[in-house]
Amino acid sequence: MKFSVIIDALPHLLGAAVTTVWVSLLGVLLGQVIGLVVCVARQSGGRAADMAGGVYVSFFRGVPLLIQLLLIYYMLPLIGIDVPPLVASIAALGLASGAYVSEIYRGALNAVPHGQSEAALALGFPGSAIWTRILLPQAFRISVPALVNELILLLKASSLISVVGVAELTRTSQTISAANYRPLEIYLAAGVIYLAINGALALFGTLVERRLQQA
Amino acid sequence: MLDFTLLVQYGPALLRGFGVTILCWGAGCLIGMVLGFVLMLLRQIPVKPLRWVIRAYIEVIRGTPFLIQLFLLYSGGPSIGLRLEATAAGILGLGIYGSAYFAEIFRAGYQAVPKGQVEAALSLGMSYGSILRRVIVPAMLVSTIPAIVNMMAILTKETVVLSIITVPELMYEMQTMAAETFATFETIVGMALFYWLLVEVVSRLGRRLEARVTRFLTHASPQGSSTQTATARA
Repeated sequence: MKFSVIIDALPHLLGAAVTTVWVSLLGVLLGQVIGLVVCVARQSGGRAADMAGGVYVSFFRGVPLLIQLLLIYYMLPLIGIDVPPLVASIAALGLASGAYVSEIYRGALNAVPHGQSEAALALGFPGSAIWTRILLPQAFRISVPALVNELILLLKASSLISVVGVAELTRTSQTISAANYRPLEIYLAAGVIYLAINGALALFGTLVERRLQQA
Repeated sequence: MLDFTLLVQYGPALLRGFGVTILCWGAGCLIGMVLGFVLMLLRQIPVKPLRWVIRAYIEVIRGTPFLIQLFLLYSGGPSIGLRLEATAAGILGLGIYGSAYFAEIFRAGYQAVPKGQVEAALSLGMSYGSILRRVIVPAMLVSTIPAIVNMMAILTKETVVLSIITVPELMYEMQTMAAETFATFETIVGMALFYWLLVEVVSRLGRRLEARVTRFLTHASPQGSSTQTATARA
């Protein structure tokens, strides 16, 4: 073990960690949007929408993320969309997380008492207002712990995008350890950085949860 | 469209790859469960430093990407004299990764066993070993089967990551085929469909196992029916 190696590599690793964080955040944001749309479509869009949503969720939860990533990375150019690896990666992370998020929302919606939307209907609320004023705010609050967990999972999964050449934390560690022949030290440092980010995210999640409980 | 002569030509390699996938998965699950169970037991010992160490192990494994753990084991291992072949490193890595999750699953199962059952067994004069074997473990296995099955399905998906450290499993063989024949598109679509099916089969089998174990309990002796309550509470 030579710690000076880690100190020398630290600026690069931290810079790469920033990429990891914002790629994961963009992925999770995209996943939120997709998950919400899929969830609402499955609940209120009729049978065809429910089935299509079901196939989407089953596929993206059943197929390994690495294969999804390669699928998007190689298939988009074939249908004429030539995207940089970074965009393909964010799309893959977003699509994968959307499948999980839609299930999280479904669970949270089921936890909102049915009588509430019936009462709203009886009071003459239009359908859209029932969603935006009664169901979604409560579902969101219920799903916060699961969503933070999803963010942590996605951050770890983002290490896979190193395969298509995005210079995030894992890829940068590979490059550095290939150059200085110090894989043990570099990967340990990368592991500690991942751990620190996840720890911070978990702490943030607890804070948000506490805040929402007060409100 | 997919060129079927390719499948004939690469069939043996793909089958071999699938064999390695199943081997890694099976051995990895086994190591993970055994290690996870031991960790869970060690955690019950009321020695604080030991608990901290196990807790730290679990948090570290669950807080870092599987790929980083694999690189650390496979590329970093030789620096401390741990020289493993790719497949061995893959199996060990999968086992270590799984062990942290299994330890948490078993812990939840252990806590869900009603205290009264353990106290009753103690007052009947049973030793801790037989309480564990005859009271705790049976109840625990039943209440944790859904979680175990879920984890095993997750590990099925994680086996593809082993291809990155050059374990010659299915994903690796398929990528070789894609690189040699330029049939990238077909290969990836084929892989996606295949793994979708595989994960689905694993979950279905798991659900059947679950149904079977629970059915056995509803027809079983009084011990069985009290385990049922444990399941309901868990």
